[in-house]
Amino acid sequence: MKATYREAVRMGLRNALLSDPRVFLMGEDVGRYGGSYAASRGLLEEFGPERIRDTPLSESAFVGAGIGAAMGGMRPIVEVMTVNFSLLALDQIVNNAATLRHMSGGQLAVPLTVRMATGAGRQLAAQHSHSLEGWYAHIPGITVVAPATHNDARDMLGLALKEPDPVFIFEHLMLYPQDGELDETGAPMPLRQACVRRTGTDVSVITYGGSLGKALAAAERLAAEGVSAEVLDLRCLRPLDTEAILGSVRRTHRAVIVDEGWRSGSLAAEITARIMEGAFYELDAPVERVCSAEVPIPYPKHLEDAALPQTATIVEAVRRVLPKGAG
Amino acid sequence: MTVTAAPGLGIERAQAHEILRAMLLIRRFEEKCAELYGLEKIRGFLHLYIGEEAVAVGALRALAPEDRVVATYREHGHALARGVPAGSILAEMYGKANGCSRGRGGSMHLFDVSRRFYGGYAIVGGGLPVAVGLALADKLRGEKAITSCFFGDGAVAEGEFHESLNLAALWKLPVLFLCENNRYAMGTALERHQSQTDIAAKAAAYAIPAEAVDGMDVLAVEAATRRAATSVRSGAGPFLVEYRTYRFRAHSMYDAELYRSREEVEQWKRRDPLRSFEVLLTGEGLLSDQEREAMEQSVQAEIREAEAEAEAGVIEPVADLLRDLQGTGP
Amino acid sequence: MSEFRMPSLGADMAAGTLLEWLKQPGDRVARGDLIAEVDTDKGVIQVEAFTTGTLERILVEPGQKVPVGTVMALIRDDAVTAPAAAPPGAGPPAAGPLPQRVSPLARRRAQELGVDLASIQGTGAEGAVTVADVERLARGAIMPTATPAVDDSAARMRGAIGAAMARSKREIPHYYLSNTIDLGPAMAWLAEQNQSRPVADRLVAAALLLKSVALALRDFPELNAWWVNDRAVRQPSINLGVAVSLRQGGLIVPALEAADQASVDELMRRLTDLVARAKGGALRASELASGTLTVTSLGDRGVDIVLGVIYPPQVALVGFGRIAERPWVVQGAVLPRPVVSVSLSADHRVTDGHRGALFLDRIDQLLREPGAL
Repeated sequence: MKATYREAVRMGLRNALLSDPRVFLMGEDVGRYGGSYAASRGLLEEFGPERIRDTPLSESAFVGAGIGAAMGGMRPIVEVMTVNFSLLALDQIVNNAATLRHMSGGQLAVPLTVRMATGAGRQLAAQHSHSLEGWYAHIPGITVVAPATHNDARDMLGLALKEPDPVFIFEHLMLYPQDGELDETGAPMPLRQACVRRTGTDVSVITYGGSLGKALAAAERLAAEGVSAEVLDLRCLRPLDTEAILGSVRRTHRAVIVDEGWRSGSLAAEITARIMEGAFYELDAPVERVCSAEVPIPYPKHLEDAALPQTATIVEAVRRVLPKGAG
Repeated sequence: MTVTAAPGLGIERAQAHEILRAMLLIRRFEEKCAELYGLEKIRGFLHLYIGEEAVAVGALRALAPEDRVVATYREHGHALARGVPAGSILAEMYGKANGCSRGRGGSMHLFDVSRRFYGGYAIVGGGLPVAVGLALADKLRGEKAITSCFFGDGAVAEGEFHESLNLAALWKLPVLFLCENNRYAMGTALERHQSQTDIAAKAAAYAIPAEAVDGMDVLAVEAATRRAATSVRSGAGPFLVEYRTYRFRAHSMYDAELYRSREEVEQWKRRDPLRSFEVLLTGEGLLSDQEREAMEQSVQAEIREAEAEAEAGVIEPVADLLRDLQGTGP
Repeated sequence: MSEFRMPSLGADMAAGTLLEWLKQPGDRVARGDLIAEVDTDKGVIQVEAFTTGTLERILVEPGQKVPVGTVMALIRDDAVTAPAAAPPGAGPPAAGPLPQRVSPLARRRAQELGVDLASIQGTGAEGAVTVADVERLARGAIMPTATPAVDDSAARMRGAIGAAMARSKREIPHYYLSNTIDLGPAMAWLAEQNQSRPVADRLVAAALLLKSVALALRDFPELNAWWVNDRAVRQPSINLGVAVSLRQGGLIVPALEAADQASVDELMRRLTDLVARAKGGALRASELASGTLTVTSLGDRGVDIVLGVIYPPQVALVGFGRIAERPWVVQGAVLPRPVVSVSLSADHRVTDGHRGALFLDRIDQLLREPGAL
């Protein structure tokens, strides 16, 4: 069936609310407004104000309340409007959500799901264009996922709610209006598994979230030049599916990592390191990274485009790792 | 022994002894902790509660077993007053596997979910939103429990204090906000960190009822907390109690105390909650010298046992380093 | 810093092959000095520099063919003292020629194959030696080498083939066997198949011969192996290297991968495609490196029997001569039959003549029932 990404997210929310009375949604403007990205439109009318809760602009309080409610036996879904605002809740996320099970010697569980929009591309300027999922992926004690496809946008939420520990879902803001196809029969893919979205033999393009579409477009363009690029969608950023990454590199012997985060200390850096650790003697070329330029994301379209990974820059990076005259 | 009603205090002899013993246990336990810290049996930060015992003991007497407790990093007193065994607390400080948090938390992170003790939070203000969430869960599930949340005067300067009060009041959640105002945010005096030093008055900004009470008077603490708990239980939403109290020792084990005068400390020590209550009970004929001595012996024995339990505990093998990171079931 | 780019030396020139640098890193270069020799479709041309300065760094090595506009060298202008920013991903500008770069995988593979890395000019990122470069050298396919300055690609190829073949004859104790096979049933089957096919889809005998070799290898896995680190390592996939002669001289051996699993039709299609791309220079690196046994046929040149030289690290080679009608005794009568000679060159360290003979016999049996191929 055809749907937009935002509709897929909404289906996931609705399924979750229908299937478990412990589930409720809270966040800024998730109710009457229908969600900043309209992901929860209509849910207040269907499920009522007890389960669709508008919060004040108090990220720390409502993320912390999500932690407490999860500890108290509920299955809260907290929507933090965007990753940019989640910085106001970092204390709750890093110091509480991620630590409580361990710090309590296993007595406490925080089955909390937090959703937020991430990424740039809408000319929203520096404060509304962060891609900080890599920061979150640094933190043990939480799971971090990035649904890049419509199926994942719908299904990952339900899987996250079945987890005994906090799960953070990063939805790239450019995806919400995109049309796509939803599978209505198959079982959802496990949460922590990477997925080869396109098979290939010459190079592994490793990416996630909002960059998947660009990577697939790059692979298509490269195919016309006779270059066979494999595209791996990480899906889960913590824990990383290291075996899938290494398996792909072992097949192609070359890797290009596409990550909208800034290059220094990025997820791309982590993946590069894992390839060095696990597949050094399989490499036939240095690993390449396509990351955001190290600058606060600027407002003008041409500069924003230049700052972000693009299909063309992915193609160029792939060409750099290929033998000369190949293809 | 006959039960003697004490018309002046409104409590029976047995209750009086229970209260006194609870405060004495905290005092002696913490004195032991200081000693063990010197011997390097306890490491890391160690924040002692000595001087503030009346608050934890009085406040927690006002709560029911099903109520939840969220505390701070200066929470040995609350854990003991809530009934967490001294042995499991001391073992925790030793970092042993028989500690109440399997040794993973240490002094600042005591947890005992079986006693609804939801732990020590060591980021100032960090426990407040969690308490709000626990209360939200109870409200959504139709539970009768209320959640008490201890925090210090320092936390009042944090955004999380204001966000949490607002949210709890907005959603009429059963939270008891319990501020232990010991007059110092670490080393910064109340007057130096608050524009409005009347903390109870701040609750009005969130339409939350509040009461300030002498935190050195255990009976006053209990009475005020009961009033507040009754209001919260009635469904009226949160209540804030400010306990005006004082910490006799340094912020964490030792400090140079450059931020307060010796005279000030001595002045507050003259209002020692333990000593005052003893004098009160003796004056009311509710405590004999023999009873006091027997109580001392019993507390000392309990602490010796706790120490033996901590010493006997085993440390977890390094192979278990990564346990309790990820749960196995929903 | 100025860039010296592959110049356009004519309106129709798209690319050129650098033959030789006339200046070396560190040399002074004046505007108008001849700096490099470039081979174009129209001949060898000496090209000049348009900047005065010092040749800082060479980015294209002799033998490389690059499009017009490609930066081939960096010249430090006299006026500029600070080095320009390095291109992304590049190290600091080197003062002299770059040390040889070898990918980790290529280094490992070179060790396994006993290949001398110093003799390889890399084709990978930043001129690094890749695994394909190593494997190409090991099996003696086209391989530009850095030693000594050669001025023509045919000679370079000759040199590379020579090195691989010399190594083969030096290291591999060859033995040779040959059979003559009656191709009557196979040719009849082909004629019948082709009758109903459009010209473009017609099969040639080579497809049948390749398929029979591939299937026979399933029963003789010791022949489908690579000699690595002093022992034979059986290869999991049957990749038949097909020797293709090039118009300009020399030969190249791309592989039909997993040939035993392809239908005859598919093999035919892939063979046609492979030969076309080999001649057009559009082969993939992996195709040049994956062969596990080479098949060579000189039948169309009228040769009766081919006794080939094994391509290291492979351990066997199968040769086919020409298919010709010969007198053949069938049930006591002499009849004209289409026959072909099939030969095996094999490494005696791995197999003996007995197994080799059985292998050739298996090919014979398979070709008697072409419908089952």
